Amino acid sequence: MTTSADPTPLAPGAPRSGTTFLGLPTAPRGVGHLRGTQSFPDAARTSLRDGQLRANLGRATTTIRGKRAAVVAEVPHWEQLRQAGKALKAATMARLDEHLEELERQVTARGGTVHWARDAAEANRIVTELVRATGSDEVVKVKSMATQEIGLNEALEAAGIEAVETDLAELIVQLGEDSPSHILVPAIHKNRSEIREIFRRTIPGVDPGLTDEPRQLAMAARTHLRERFLRARVAVSGANFAVAETGTLAVVESEGNGRMCLTLPQTLVTVMGIEKVVPRWEDLGVFLQLLPRSSTGERMNPYTSLWAGVTPGDGPQDFHLVLLDNGRTAVLADEVGREALHCIRCSACLNVCPVYERAGGHAYGSVYPGPIGAVLSPQLTGVEDNASLPYASSLCGACYDVCPVAIDIPSILVHLRAEHVEAQPRPTAEAVAFRGLSRVMSNPRLWHLAQRAAGLGRFLARGRPTLPAALPPPASAWTRTRDLPTPPGRSFVQQWTEEHRR
Amino acid sequence: MKVALFATCLVDTIVPQVARATATLLQRLGHEVVVPPTQACCGQMHVNTGYRREAVPIVANHVRAFTAAEAVVAPSGSCVASIHHQQAAVARRAGESALADEAEALAARTYELSQFLVDVLGVVDVGAYYPHRVTYHPTCHSLRLLRVGDRPLRLLRAVRGLDLVELPGAESCCGFGGTFAVKNADTSTAMLTDKMADVLSTHAEVCTAGDSSCLMHIGGGLSRLRSGTRTVHLAEILASTEENVSPTQTTAPAVPA
Repeated sequence: MTTSADPTPLAPGAPRSGTTFLGLPTAPRGVGHLRGTQSFPDAARTSLRDGQLRANLGRATTTIRGKRAAVVAEVPHWEQLRQAGKALKAATMARLDEHLEELERQVTARGGTVHWARDAAEANRIVTELVRATGSDEVVKVKSMATQEIGLNEALEAAGIEAVETDLAELIVQLGEDSPSHILVPAIHKNRSEIREIFRRTIPGVDPGLTDEPRQLAMAARTHLRERFLRARVAVSGANFAVAETGTLAVVESEGNGRMCLTLPQTLVTVMGIEKVVPRWEDLGVFLQLLPRSSTGERMNPYTSLWAGVTPGDGPQDFHLVLLDNGRTAVLADEVGREALHCIRCSACLNVCPVYERAGGHAYGSVYPGPIGAVLSPQLTGVEDNASLPYASSLCGACYDVCPVAIDIPSILVHLRAEHVEAQPRPTAEAVAFRGLSRVMSNPRLWHLAQRAAGLGRFLARGRPTLPAALPPPASAWTRTRDLPTPPGRSFVQQWTEEHRR
Repeated sequence: MKVALFATCLVDTIVPQVARATATLLQRLGHEVVVPPTQACCGQMHVNTGYRREAVPIVANHVRAFTAAEAVVAPSGSCVASIHHQQAAVARRAGESALADEAEALAARTYELSQFLVDVLGVVDVGAYYPHRVTYHPTCHSLRLLRVGDRPLRLLRAVRGLDLVELPGAESCCGFGGTFAVKNADTSTAMLTDKMADVLSTHAEVCTAGDSSCLMHIGGGLSRLRSGTRTVHLAEILASTEENVSPTQTTAPAVPA
């Protein structure tokens, strides 16, 4: 693992706020999982060829879309609830520093220890040292996006500590030596028979006659995990929320495996992005209504675990909270993009996104795929490190409609495209073309000349209703799969103006 | 009513018959149509591709061209959405506050065709005749940014001779998305493939919509399949009458010669 713990303010891809460079550090390179090795179009080209993947994704997202729509429709005041969630998030972000300091005071007062981590490398170092101090070489983990983001499992492994994922889907991905492709359903890209193969290959002592019946698969995982829970002395979790005024942490889940981790071990380390804080206990009332309906399509999630500090004789006796920045303050500095920090990781936007449904989560190259990932990842890393992601959307707007905290994802995508364009040190061929087109489209005389030139495409068509498919790039990207109509000789406005002269 | 027609850059240049149909329809309904000759583009393509500074002079040209108009109509949900949601914002960001104010005022009197017919003129039956089996694709910007709702469907249901069939998965994006169709051509094509399968499952002769851009994409794909199903803009259907049926006017031809 390479680390660059202290990116300088001049690091490429450092975020801008409008035209003011604020110099806030983005997530460092070489650690964590926010950057892919390929651009989105290249990675998508590979996954689009995988028919099984597309079938699995199409089936899963269609099912969960239907469930979400049904339970959301049951709530008569859903839109007000959504606006309440948005308003609470905006108000929290406006005074994030104060809420975090309050959270630190309350956690400390209840016997917990708070650590501040500037970035992934620092967070990994803190957690590794905390685990080492316990003398344990094994931790059980509650599913957590933050620890995936920073690559904690790999950091622990490098220190000789084995991290076992206990969320069923996360376990499937870990045993398959794969990476998650969905925020909520990390193994969404795998079907039952693929999961059976992974279990048969990797779980020691598993019944070789294991079928792909869901109950059998769940029982195999349960047996495998139960032994780990009982022997674990250290657990690592994420957090869905942290209440500043009471120092309470919250994890919501479906399986109960998280609660095993949160209650059985001696030491509990929670890694949480700083944006997860909410000011007051009563704020949970809004988010615990919005989250499960948007996420799993359930009215209420099956397990909600809440804890504050330590309680002698009950639960972990040693509690650490690691507050992670890793580029979040840089996101906060962008007046348009900061709304991405409101995300409560429900994954509703992934499930409705037509691009995600076809290309799959791995094409985004980050632990945050789909529409929210396309705005969050480039902001956390600096837009140059994920420059293709803001363009990985047709701007259809379905994500905005389903977002439980009304994040205007399409507008942020467009904003980040502009940030990328404006950060180019030299004009690209595309920029030259768009600048030329701008001059033409703002000058009626030039525009009419250009339209006449477009009419010259009739020569290429040689009387055919469509242009030839063999056009040079970038037109070839269109004509590879779609015909282009032959442009008419004269535009409508020109014809009309001639007809109505005088 | 005196109505200024914004043809939009794509319709004006590639499918002028859609603008012609819009003008014919409005005239038939008893309104005076003017076509400001200095119009060009709304600036959406520039804004959505990241060239918001370069979009400002385009917005300025658009506002200049239509400043005298009492009402503006365009046969495109997407361009009208850009006029409503983007023009003033990019002008304001560039420090052009006077232009931003003018753009805002112009947006308030700019309408997408189905909105103008139903909300402003109060007509649903425009006296059209179109004896074909038709399915309607609600384009994303009409559906989600402009919230045109069922207005186009109400207009189509009132067309004599027209057999309207529901499109499965209607609200899914067709995969056009402006420069997305080129920058992410493979994903765009995968989305198009599913949309075409849904269109073909209806056995409609014609797929219609309120946006020529989406229709150029869907029609371009159907043409490559030699499917026989054509794409026709909503304005062309509404402009058709018994005296002047225009079944062959398409945004992309059915069978390449």
